[in-house]
Amino acid sequence: MTLLGHLITGLSLGSIYAIIALGYTMVYGIAKMLNFAHGDVIMVGAYICFFAVTSFSLPPVVGVLLAMVVCTILGVVIEGLAYKPLRQAPSLAVLITAIGVSYFLQNSAQILWGADYKSFPNFLTVNGQTGVSLFGGQLNVTYTAIVTVLACVVIMLALTFFTSKTKMGKAMRAVSEDKGAAQLMGINVNSTISMTFAIGSALAAVAGVLMCSAYPTLSPTTGSLPGIRAFTAAVFGGIGSIPGALLGGIMLGLVETLTKAYITTSLYDAVVFALLIVVLLVKPSGLLGRYVPEKV
Amino acid sequence: MSANKTGRRLSKQSLNGFINYGIVILAYLVVQLMISQGLMSNSLQSLLVPVCCYVVMAVSLNLVVGVSGELSLGHAGFMSLGAFSGIIVSVTLQSVIELAPLRLFLSMVVGAVIGGIGGVIVGVPVLRLRGDYLAIVTLAFGEIIKNIIMVLYVGVDEDGLHFATSEAALNLSEAGTAIVKGPMGAVGVVKASTFTAGILLVLLTLLIVQNMVNSRAGRAILALRDNRIAAESVGISVTKYKLMAFVTSAALAGAAGALFGLNYSSTLASRFDFNTSILILVFVVLGGLGNIRGSIIAAALLYILPEMLRNFDVSKYRMLIYAIILILVMLATNNPTIRGFFLQLRQRARERKGGQAQ
Amino acid sequence: MNSKKFLAGVLAAAMALSLTACGGGGQTSTPSTSTPDASTGDGSTPVAADGTITIKVGGIGPLTGSTATYGVATHYGAQVAVDEINALDSDIKLELRFEDDTGVNETGVSAYNTLKDWDVDVIYGTTTTGPCVAVAAETYADRYFQLTPSASSPDVTDGKDNVFQMCFTDPNQGLTAANYVADNNLATKVAVIYNNGDAYSTGIAQGFIAQAAERGLEVVTEQTFPADTTTDFNVQLAACRDGGAELVFMPIYYGPASLVLQQANAMGYDPQFFGGDGMDGILAIEGFDTSLAEGLMLLTPFNATAEDERTVTFVASYKALSGSDENPNQFAADGYDCMYAIYEALLNIDNLAEIAAMDPAERHTALCDALIVQFAGEYDDAGNQTAPGISVDGLTGSGMTWQANGEVSKDPMVVVVENGAYVTQ
Repeated sequence: MTLLGHLITGLSLGSIYAIIALGYTMVYGIAKMLNFAHGDVIMVGAYICFFAVTSFSLPPVVGVLLAMVVCTILGVVIEGLAYKPLRQAPSLAVLITAIGVSYFLQNSAQILWGADYKSFPNFLTVNGQTGVSLFGGQLNVTYTAIVTVLACVVIMLALTFFTSKTKMGKAMRAVSEDKGAAQLMGINVNSTISMTFAIGSALAAVAGVLMCSAYPTLSPTTGSLPGIRAFTAAVFGGIGSIPGALLGGIMLGLVETLTKAYITTSLYDAVVFALLIVVLLVKPSGLLGRYVPEKV
Repeated sequence: MSANKTGRRLSKQSLNGFINYGIVILAYLVVQLMISQGLMSNSLQSLLVPVCCYVVMAVSLNLVVGVSGELSLGHAGFMSLGAFSGIIVSVTLQSVIELAPLRLFLSMVVGAVIGGIGGVIVGVPVLRLRGDYLAIVTLAFGEIIKNIIMVLYVGVDEDGLHFATSEAALNLSEAGTAIVKGPMGAVGVVKASTFTAGILLVLLTLLIVQNMVNSRAGRAILALRDNRIAAESVGISVTKYKLMAFVTSAALAGAAGALFGLNYSSTLASRFDFNTSILILVFVVLGGLGNIRGSIIAAALLYILPEMLRNFDVSKYRMLIYAIILILVMLATNNPTIRGFFLQLRQRARERKGGQAQ
Repeated sequence: MNSKKFLAGVLAAAMALSLTACGGGGQTSTPSTSTPDASTGDGSTPVAADGTITIKVGGIGPLTGSTATYGVATHYGAQVAVDEINALDSDIKLELRFEDDTGVNETGVSAYNTLKDWDVDVIYGTTTTGPCVAVAAETYADRYFQLTPSASSPDVTDGKDNVFQMCFTDPNQGLTAANYVADNNLATKVAVIYNNGDAYSTGIAQGFIAQAAERGLEVVTEQTFPADTTTDFNVQLAACRDGGAELVFMPIYYGPASLVLQQANAMGYDPQFFGGDGMDGILAIEGFDTSLAEGLMLLTPFNATAEDERTVTFVASYKALSGSDENPNQFAADGYDCMYAIYEALLNIDNLAEIAAMDPAERHTALCDALIVQFAGEYDDAGNQTAPGISVDGLTGSGMTWQANGEVSKDPMVVVVENGAYVTQ
């Protein structure tokens, strides 16, 4: 029973990582850049939802939609101002810029909203209950966990459908394969990349709200650690691959939780990272990533 | 390429190297003069040793990121290894070796060796990977090193060194002392670092890195960076040369860590985290990839200036300004128009100089 | 190549310049109405023409970074006391300058050196343990008197006669908590959850575990987590529940503690929770459902909702100074008490005028020795106390005295949360 509880915890934690990782992976697949600021977009999304619900008493659904809209705009603006001018620049310059954007978002949040913790309201309740009790109270499953796992699967399916069936999605795949050739085929590379950032950031808003519903402390640095975790998850599953992000996220969540439960609560970070290293050594492009041979 | 031209290029490189030594030695002399004349404030004096550490960190990271072309996000991990091994050596030898400079020297040697061993352990698997995968694995190693030191307890008594994961498990005798206490870090360290030692380490670092870059190995490393497949096809071993750069860099970081650790009476493992690695990377990128002098200047300036201007009351906006400048610098240095403008300026200056010579 | 490198150089310099902008926690950034304008920073003598003596107190603590909340509290708390003291009809005035250490050791040492350049007389701080240990080694070597409001590790004072604490040491706090649990028969089976990446949390936990064994409490499980950024405590809580713990001792900061309470509630686990002084502040978290903290017990030296006159005045002044509506926490109260302790000790120094007239280089040494005697009392060669040290009444305790090893002696206070507010036990 305890094991079942741990598995559920790991699954719901992993689903959160997976949703963040999906955003990472989309952006990486198309723009070929590590968007270190992704975690901080999550934080902004959570704050927007927090204030919409607590200060303006809007219904939670409106709060989530508002967060998605704000994050989408934020993502597109960041891309246009900070990343687009660096399209031809070395990847290190883009990486440092992304770190700069990350610091910028964190510190703006600190100045605007203060460094103190905020406690995110749990609005996933039914009749005042936060979860269902199973096996005569031996096991509690929160509604947040259920919604998170469902949301994760739905988002993954929607993204897969989007990239394989719609015109825009196909354009994204084309850009991801070969920017030059895509351009020759009449695809507007810039707008495709902007679109990717828009989708990635909207996902970040959803992830932010779900993450803060499950773990309700909100501070300007809330996004940075899950950001790195999700990045790890994306690499784990094979960065650029949508099912890979899902697999990587959920595996990471499970490994982390089970390591804490049965091996060590103090060194689980080290264990997770060590596992990542082993996976990459065996499969240098992640579990579901494609190996792209270099051309001379 | 004609022999004549190669010769000229090399001499220019070594001239550049000599200028770097000159700058460091000059800085040392100026500082010593100012101290002897009582012109240097306490706060500036307290920054001298850490500046040397960060300069060494930046130059050594430049060897990996700039010269070898591999993005490393875990350089602070090697600094951490060096700092803690250096501290352990120094505390252990406290009663045996009276002479502080000798103790410091031994600590730095051990720090470098441990850092280098760490470099081999990380480098062998990591260098099989490419690009961003390599970056994430160095990040992972940096975090693992930090994590392990944070639960490590080390103590010393007459039986030698004890390692454990809690203070009670150290089983020290009455006369023993706990040197590293997990999250509490290393405390009660007798300071041994001096500015002179720092400058000597900087000079040694320059000597090693510059000679390496200008040597046969250095050219092989540059060739691998510029075109790995082409370089491999003419028989340059990727693993050997990349590992050489990586391990050298890690060893230098270890020595810098030992110097850093012995400059404070207490050191925490959490100091050497991802953000510190990024800070050093920023020094390298802003100083110019592959540009040794740029790394020295960027590290020194960026470390000293915030302390020097403590009296400006904008502390609240400090990191925000930092972030904006970081983004703007990246945008500006990669903007074709601005680059073209400076290129033109330079060309004009060269033309004028050429005209005068004639 | 070169134009780019040159440009990078120029921009790096520009950036560095702006960075500085940052550097600074700045001096006392809040205007204090009553800071005497005599003698600042120019090395002039602190004795004014009218006989008032101004002692320069140099504060160090994090004003930016992840621990900024605590540094800002100790800064404002001390400033409130300094403003009150300077308004008194007394010959002794204090001048407080507070420097940012961002919670980092090396920056703490730099901040200390900046204060030395200002000819500081007494060091107040640092707020957090890590930098405090590093700075204390410096003040010990240089002979400056140092009083820290909140750096609670024994390493801070260990082997240094010049460093004193306003807060309990960590092992001492753990010991006090274990005694309280045993004395009041709160539980026989206890569990501990602590942050083993943090010196404060680990120190208290170890003290608690050691004393629990002495007092016959059964520690069923010790659960750890590596950093305050940890968000998932389900595994740790499950272990506590499965071990049958009736009481969970959590010497952790209020941020993660709020998550523990929320997750325990979600899993339907309801033991008695008991926290250390870092838990203070949990009720002030915006949006926190305080019903989750109902029944929570914590050791804290300060209750901002207490109704005695001094606390009420302090809370009002603090709010006015910080411009925020939030109640001051125990860090602020410790800072306030530090200033009064220093003031009290200065009043008792007979030859203060003589010391104050000295050269800055000798002044701090003489002042350090005099203050050590005031705080610790006098001892003969056999180690017997021949004269007691000062006794201070403050917000965090009455009749506070200090031992020669720098530790404070005051009564611990346990509060329990009832209807969303502290009730002193």
